[in-house]
Amino acid sequence: MDLFLQQTVNAFALGGTYALLALGLAVVFSIMGLINFAHGELMTIAGYVLMYCGLAGLPFLLSVPLAISASMVAAVLMERIAFRPVRNSSGATMLVTSFAVAMILQVLFQNLISTRSQPVLLPQLLSDSVTIGGLVIGVNKIAAIVSTLVMLVVLDRFMKHQKTGIAMRAAAEDFGVARLMGIRANTVIAGAFALSGLLAGVAAVLWVSQRASVDPLMGFMPVLKAFIAAILGGLGSLRGAVAGGFLLGFIEIYLAAFLPHEFQEFREPIGLGIVVLVLLFRPNGLIPSAALKAIKV
Amino acid sequence: MAPLLSVQSLQVRYGPIEAVLGIDFEIKEGEIVAFLGANGAGKSSTLNALVGLVPVASGTVTFNGSDITDWPPETLAPAGMTLSPEGRHVFGTLSVSENLLMGAYSIKDKDAVNDAWERVYTLFPILHERRDQFAGTLSGGQQQMLAVGRALMSNPRLLLLDEPSLGLAPKIVGQIFDLISLLREQGVTLALVEQNVSMALNIADRGYVLSSGKIVAAGSASELSQSDALQSAYLGGE
Ligand SMILES: Nc1ncnc2c1ncn2[C@@H]1O[C@H](COP(=O)(O)OP(=O)(O)O)[C@@H](O)[C@H]1O
Ligand SMILES: [Mg+2]
Repeated sequence: MDLFLQQTVNAFALGGTYALLALGLAVVFSIMGLINFAHGELMTIAGYVLMYCGLAGLPFLLSVPLAISASMVAAVLMERIAFRPVRNSSGATMLVTSFAVAMILQVLFQNLISTRSQPVLLPQLLSDSVTIGGLVIGVNKIAAIVSTLVMLVVLDRFMKHQKTGIAMRAAAEDFGVARLMGIRANTVIAGAFALSGLLAGVAAVLWVSQRASVDPLMGFMPVLKAFIAAILGGLGSLRGAVAGGFLLGFIEIYLAAFLPHEFQEFREPIGLGIVVLVLLFRPNGLIPSAALKAIKV
Repeated sequence: MAPLLSVQSLQVRYGPIEAVLGIDFEIKEGEIVAFLGANGAGKSSTLNALVGLVPVASGTVTFNGSDITDWPPETLAPAGMTLSPEGRHVFGTLSVSENLLMGAYSIKDKDAVNDAWERVYTLFPILHERRDQFAGTLSGGQQQMLAVGRALMSNPRLLLLDEPSLGLAPKIVGQIFDLISLLREQGVTLALVEQNVSMALNIADRGYVLSSGKIVAAGSASELSQSDALQSAYLGGE
């Protein structure tokens, strides 16, 4: 039972990180139909900023907002430079563009920083653990869960109560009609990228906090997982992305913990098998996007 | 006095499909102008091109003295022209009041937004009653009222209405037409696309009849009601 609770905490921590990443993908996808595979490189950028801040001796509490801001700025620049010119192209063109952006950034990291994994200085506190009700829980896990919850609440409030947030929901449902209301396409899209950068930055801090290192390809795996989570949840649906992220985190952690030894080798394919099974029963994902049903002008 | 809107040789294309083949028309301040014609005649394409939802292939559109031909859609509501699109297109996952708030997106002045709420809720008490409901859960008639109300929130000088009575029960259609007369009294200039020809000509000052992307007849409402062009346009003839 203890082991189960312990793993449940781990699942919430990992699932929360996937949820934040999937949410970042979903925010952009819901508005411009782009699956941004370079989302992972936003994470990597935030990771490197954390590393350099550590080397420069900055306190962690200052490094974190710097890292997150860097990933937000990078996201907005990415939109301005790479995605705006292809905004009205097909989904395939935008997807290929995002792969190109991801690869260019990876090559830049490899050449300008290092091809190898670099250590990141973290405060001692993060590797401590506390005992709650007989459970030994790492501070980094608690921080991950708390940060995820805070982010989800903040984002929910933003989308429900801020005029810009409501405009983003409107644009996600029907971009043309939203523009007709005077909602500027550039504002909404830049806003979506800034939000996705914020989410990627927070996810990067959580990710690096569990591993204490950063490498040029750091963002690839988590974003691939987040992409799977976003599809599992229902592509373009924000609630779906969160649900999919958590579900994927649970599947991975429970399989790693409870799958018999002889099957551990097949953990990833079994996990993906479960995802496919869910999609067989719910082809549009756990919480399908409303825009799927919308008719276009 | 120069017309509020004037359009010269407007063409609209979707790839190889020529939807509007060079039409000229104008709308004067205070008028209700009807656009009539069979399905596929190019009426929606015309209105959508005016507000920038579809690109203008060639021609010029002048609104209130400015050449707005290639203006992006988001600039037209602030300039005083907006469209309530065919098929309503309310934001189904937003509440009624959020839909209306989006309609007033370009108005920065708080008092002006409050006046707009006031006006729309007075015109449509049902929207006030349902203000916290998701727009997607409203009936067709209520969604149409929301679509018109949302368009009115930007305080337009020229309101384009694309088939506001489409798919509605006769009683609701009557309400929509009553509303249109009321809007005229409030000083809104209207372009009205309608399948309901007799009701449209009853309320309009003038009209244009479109067929296969061309204007085949134009004139006052009473002239048009007696013309053969209208009948043949609906029968699909040229
Ligand atoms: N998005 C579109 N893509 C391609 N063809 C279109 C599109 N919208 C309309 N059309 C075509 O343009 C022509 C005019 O359509 P439309 O303007 O909708 O007519 P109306 O509103 O008078 O029924 C039709 O032949 C229609 O099939
Ligand atoms: Mg039409």
